[in-house]
Amino acid sequence: MEASRDLTYPDVWRLYMQMLRCRLFEEEVKRLWMEGSIPGEMHMSMGEEAIVVGIVDQLGDGDALALDHRGTAPMLVRGIDPVLLLKEFMGRPDGLDGGMGGHMHLFSPEHYAASSGIVGASGPAAVGFALANQRLRPGKISVAFFGEGAINEGMLMESFNLAAIRKLPVMFVCKDNHQAVMTQTSKVTSGNLIDRVKGFNLRVIEVDGSDVEELWRLAKEEIARLRHGAGPVFVHAFCEHLEGHFLGDPLLHYEHPSIGETIRMAVPLIKAHTQSKGAPLSERTAGLKEMLEIIRETVRKHRSQEGDPIPRLRKKLTSIDAAKLQDIEIMVKSEIEAIMQQTSQPSEQMGG
Amino acid sequence: MRTMGFADAIEDALMQAMAKDENIIIMGEDIQGLRLNLRIRFGRDRVLPTPISEAGFVGAAVAAAMGGLHPVVEVMLVDFIGVPMDAILNHAAKIERFSGGRWKVPLVIRAACGGGYGDGGQHEQSLWGLLAHIPGLVVLVPSTPADAGGLMMTALTHDGPVIYLEHKLLSDYWLNSLGGGSRNNIRFDVPPEGVRGEVPKIWEPIPIGQGVIRKNGEDLTIISVGVSVHRAIEAARVLERNGISAQVIDLRTVTPLDKQLIIGCVSKTGRMLVVDEDYQGFGLSGELAAVVLEAGVSMKYSRVCTEDTIPFSRQLEYQTLPNVERIIEVAEELVTR
Repeated sequence: MEASRDLTYPDVWRLYMQMLRCRLFEEEVKRLWMEGSIPGEMHMSMGEEAIVVGIVDQLGDGDALALDHRGTAPMLVRGIDPVLLLKEFMGRPDGLDGGMGGHMHLFSPEHYAASSGIVGASGPAAVGFALANQRLRPGKISVAFFGEGAINEGMLMESFNLAAIRKLPVMFVCKDNHQAVMTQTSKVTSGNLIDRVKGFNLRVIEVDGSDVEELWRLAKEEIARLRHGAGPVFVHAFCEHLEGHFLGDPLLHYEHPSIGETIRMAVPLIKAHTQSKGAPLSERTAGLKEMLEIIRETVRKHRSQEGDPIPRLRKKLTSIDAAKLQDIEIMVKSEIEAIMQQTSQPSEQMGG
Repeated sequence: MRTMGFADAIEDALMQAMAKDENIIIMGEDIQGLRLNLRIRFGRDRVLPTPISEAGFVGAAVAAAMGGLHPVVEVMLVDFIGVPMDAILNHAAKIERFSGGRWKVPLVIRAACGGGYGDGGQHEQSLWGLLAHIPGLVVLVPSTPADAGGLMMTALTHDGPVIYLEHKLLSDYWLNSLGGGSRNNIRFDVPPEGVRGEVPKIWEPIPIGQGVIRKNGEDLTIISVGVSVHRAIEAARVLERNGISAQVIDLRTVTPLDKQLIIGCVSKTGRMLVVDEDYQGFGLSGELAAVVLEAGVSMKYSRVCTEDTIPFSRQLEYQTLPNVERIIEVAEELVTR
């Protein structure tokens, strides 16, 4: 292949390996969560791997990562010890942050990587990291990850402006799955997202979020521009969340509700639909239809697993070299097994 | 009387109030799902989904209240109140004062609060002390279904800004989605009396600033609010067996405080133990001590509160939030002091 001759061409095998590593790791996270070993919410990166790998793969020492509540894959690709991550998710004292943070609040000062569970907070954080980098680490950049739901958060829009006026080396990465928890973003967003961002005078790149090669190529170019002081860039990439908003997403759960749950839901719904005093009947029906549509669409996407970046690249690699692909998959699987084995060792040291 | 769950009681009170008062509207993120029943009954013009723009839509709710509506604006978790804080701190709370009392802001800010289900320090805070610190706000924290509906009615009939906080251990839909996530292998220490109970058929507002004695006792007065009330009652039952008679007060309103009840009770027992899930420093627990001391009542005092950022780890979280063992230990020390 021309890959060996062209240095701008990504090493697709490595990209695949990275994506698969994230996926298999998160499959284990999911398993641990399902069995109750991980408490609370769990937001997966599943479906975002191409975006994460295409960009984070190219970061190095001094480059900063401002993450949202889906920090697992970026942290993995950035080189944080998976065992420490898993232990953190389980709330163990020997986890990455001593069991203080959990998956939504992952911090690694050594990797200049910080996350937040507050929607939009990664924008200002990336601006601040870039401000520090501009002065202290010239040539180093910062990357902000956020969903398209965050685009209406004032602090994020303010951070676009801040980055633009100071020509800060920030890559704003919008992972757009069209839906913020239970709300279709288009229904609460006026105008065109790209036009809006262009209004801040940001450079805008649009890319298919399931195409890791294209993401890698574009990110490589853009990161080089950022390092040379060209000013901030906004990367817009569509993707799907294969597990819904979070594990146990009620929208997906309603695909197969139990009889008890159905009754619990139906009784107040019927009352709401029929009780006197309220909106006209047609309006009430429209309200119900709207919610059913969101559930139906979420379930449909989940079933089809459309937009999954991994099978997409796998198909291509199978046709290039099936044996090599198999070797890589075996290697990644055994690495994940080793991680799981190490994680299951009881911790000796206590505290932080 | 009928029996109802905590979250259902809130919704039921809203149903009754919205049927009576067409100026009540609800707005917030994911509201079309979270308040599906209300949206269906009252229509999409009265139950409005918002983008994730808290600074904007809470600010707008303040002005909508000034314009004649009675909005119930939701920010999901009280932890997220940092984003629209300006609308609350500098506007909602101050407009009546600034206008010389001529312009009211009948607004309900509703949020889920509290921890005990492993969601970490950005999703499990209480923050009622922070909010009660601001003059001009009423802060309501129910601990039972009857109070949940009654205090929602209070909020909806008050002519000023009200912060209404529902604890996630009591509101089943929050606990299921954030803690359980449709799993049934995760255990939570949910107080049964807080989750289900008798409620009136027609909701009446509970007077603002009216606490209630949940358990009588003579040796010390435990004062609490929210889920910690149930922890305090549980601790008081154990103390009773050990020969210590503890009285438990549920404040229900954080601000304005029921000073008369507090002072009256503590002057009889001579000992006050505050159990507060909110942060210890500069908050409710210190304020309660000040109220009693300012009244010239001498007392012995202790507190069990959340002292630091709430850890994600379930074990560390348990140690950080007020728990029954800590309450018993501190109460025993207090009565022997």
